[in-house]
Amino acid sequence: MQRSIGVHTRALAVIAAAVLVSGTAAGCLGKSSTSNNGANANADAKQFTLTIAANGISGGKNAKGADWVQNWVIPHFVADQKAKGRTATVKFQGSGAADEDYKSKVALDLKSGSGADIYALDGIWVGEFADAGYIKPLDDLVGADKVSAWDGWSQIPPSVQANMSYNNKKYGIPNGTDGRVLFFNKKLFAQAGLPADWQPTSWDDILTTGQTLKSKLPGVTPIQLNGGTAMGEATTMQGALPLLVGTGQQIWANGKWQGNTQAMRDVLTMYDKIYKGGLGDPVLQEDAKGRDESFAEFAAGKIAILLESDYFWRSVIEPTQGIDKMADRDQVVGWAKIPAMKPGSGIRGQDFVSMSGGGGNVINPATKYPQQAWELLQFMNSKDAVIAYLGGAAQITQRQDVNSQVLSRDPMLTFISQQVLPLTAFRPGFAVYPQVSQALQQATLDVVSGKSPADAATAYQQSVAGLVGGADKVASG
Amino acid sequence: MPPAETRQQAAIPAQPAVAGAPAVAAVPQSVGVGTSTPTDVAGLGRLRAVGFVAPALVLIGVFLVFPALWTLYIGVTNYRLTGVAARTPDVVGLDNYRRALSDPTFYRSLWITLLFVFGSAVIGQNGLGFVFAWGLRGARPWVRRLAEAFVLLAWILPASVVAFLWVALLERDGGTLNELLGRTPGVPWLVEYPLLSIVVFNIWRGTAFSMMLYSAALSAVPPSHLETARLAGSSAAQTLRDVVLPHIRRYALTNTLLITLWTFNDFSPYLLTAGGPNHRSETTPVYIYNTAIVGGQMGYSGAISLLVLLINLLLALVYLRAARTSRRLSGG
Repeated sequence: MQRSIGVHTRALAVIAAAVLVSGTAAGCLGKSSTSNNGANANADAKQFTLTIAANGISGGKNAKGADWVQNWVIPHFVADQKAKGRTATVKFQGSGAADEDYKSKVALDLKSGSGADIYALDGIWVGEFADAGYIKPLDDLVGADKVSAWDGWSQIPPSVQANMSYNNKKYGIPNGTDGRVLFFNKKLFAQAGLPADWQPTSWDDILTTGQTLKSKLPGVTPIQLNGGTAMGEATTMQGALPLLVGTGQQIWANGKWQGNTQAMRDVLTMYDKIYKGGLGDPVLQEDAKGRDESFAEFAAGKIAILLESDYFWRSVIEPTQGIDKMADRDQVVGWAKIPAMKPGSGIRGQDFVSMSGGGGNVINPATKYPQQAWELLQFMNSKDAVIAYLGGAAQITQRQDVNSQVLSRDPMLTFISQQVLPLTAFRPGFAVYPQVSQALQQATLDVVSGKSPADAATAYQQSVAGLVGGADKVASG
Repeated sequence: MPPAETRQQAAIPAQPAVAGAPAVAAVPQSVGVGTSTPTDVAGLGRLRAVGFVAPALVLIGVFLVFPALWTLYIGVTNYRLTGVAARTPDVVGLDNYRRALSDPTFYRSLWITLLFVFGSAVIGQNGLGFVFAWGLRGARPWVRRLAEAFVLLAWILPASVVAFLWVALLERDGGTLNELLGRTPGVPWLVEYPLLSIVVFNIWRGTAFSMMLYSAALSAVPPSHLETARLAGSSAAQTLRDVVLPHIRRYALTNTLLITLWTFNDFSPYLLTAGGPNHRSETTPVYIYNTAIVGGQMGYSGAISLLVLLINLLLALVYLRAARTSRRLSGG
């Protein structure tokens, strides 16, 4: 009797402890919405330290951006602050990781209320990060009056501002936009008897060209169209979505996501034709490092056609600073607009299509110096800073005053801004989008690794319905 | 008030160290734990004994019990890494468990883990470790030291370094293996044979432990037995089966179960294939990582983690029971 009561007491104590522990645990799960620092915290500090984090690293991925922060932004900002009587210490935290890994890292940093003061983010992450409370509207962080006081906004077109906005609130300053085209190797084209001013007008055109390349140039992979989950968002943006808009559909329109529709099956059938018809290399789509390898192969003249954004031109095969430098880039690499499935079948009845995105910089809500971080952010997006970033090269930057000066320097970027941007489309800024995108990547992977397009589309429909909360929010048929 | 009295009576023996001897003397001596004079060998008494183990208990609580409870809690929510569910997760009850138990990807990861454990640990490391230990037994000391050093090196190098070397070895274009075989175009080993690649990788990496354990075990075989077997004219196979195995059976069991547990939870295959292509080398730990960190589904992966924890407990129980049985057998 005594013993059994003792045992009961002990058991109760254990349960009580467990409940207590899990109770505290429950309190910790999720993120408290209160900011630990007011907008004016440490605003008068004479000495402060700020850290900028980006997915770029000297001598590696996005080396240009990393070098710019380290060699231009930091010394100039520090000098600028010194002139104002303040001692600033600014550090750069570089990464050279795949975009998805970088995203996880930033999410974990922000979640734990630590990390750098300024983060570079892709525009499509803004929604889910904002919903999670990891980032906050600039108005809340530094004060609406201070945000609207910045003269730079007038130089940034609304469509570009939208890249770093969510629910009509600005979360950061964007750093420009991009457009997607088909890059091709003119040297290989010449060997196969194809024109140097190649411009396909339908998907069949691309396939026919691929067949010619295949029969004339053994050992060369004709087409690289990103597929599979290992490439992450690069599959969606440089593969599935440019094809999808070529069928006349957008991934999200009129309250519904694309499910198992004719358009989606057409897209997957195109993957099927490329990867089962021997026009593309399925291994690159499945390999964990496939995207990097595809870049290296294009630069080495082993891939003839590759769908990419102008990032590829500016940062990958760029002759002096690129990851896979092509010394003869300007002579060898040509570009063409992405055709719709058939002439006129693209969105808005277009013959040619493209997709655009863009990232920017946000302020970590946990920063100790919100005002100084905002000052640094403005400094990074000033006209001088953006021009310094370009360093003689061209890019579609966030600032119109810079673009009007620099775009004419580079025929490729001129082409993007004049011919591609008017055709382009953007991804929907919903927090659930990245998950839909993953389902889409899985569908392309299914096809590349052997499933039929119809089966892949069925499986895709099912996962999308689960993600967006019901089949009634998914278009099918 | 009989109930209260009973309660009081029951309470007293529970705190003898505090109440002291007189209080205890008033109630009949109970058997075992609750007596006033310390019955433990060290003579510590309960309070001091508790004080003695408290640091260990706190450590276990912080690093084992709390994470387990935390996992249990996360597992019943829809907690995500990003989005609304990261800020305000809802309790969804057993939905995650229901989903896990009907998720073919989860079962596939368990199956792949089984193949991985069986191929690389139970057969591979065990077998190769024994072969090394047996083969090096009679070798010259310097040969033995050198071979052991190489095997050990594979074990002690950091996983990230080793993974880098293996990726270089198995790369399709310009990988060492393809160069050695003279294959152009090379075979994309990690894409075409992902599971085989990580199995071979893990054998290479983990054989050292089995080798050392068997070396020690083999030295426990009395040389006189081996000599007798030799004089009786038994073949090498017969000697192994009838003389060596009976002596090292317990070691073999311990070794197998330990490396099974480790390999079951091993994450280093991720560094080679990241679970791909298309989940073909996605062992359960990699599946959990991909679901939680890459997919952002913290709640769901919490549920899977708990299921894995249960599987681990089961394996540990099997281990304890087998160890007890074998002790009884060899001790008896």
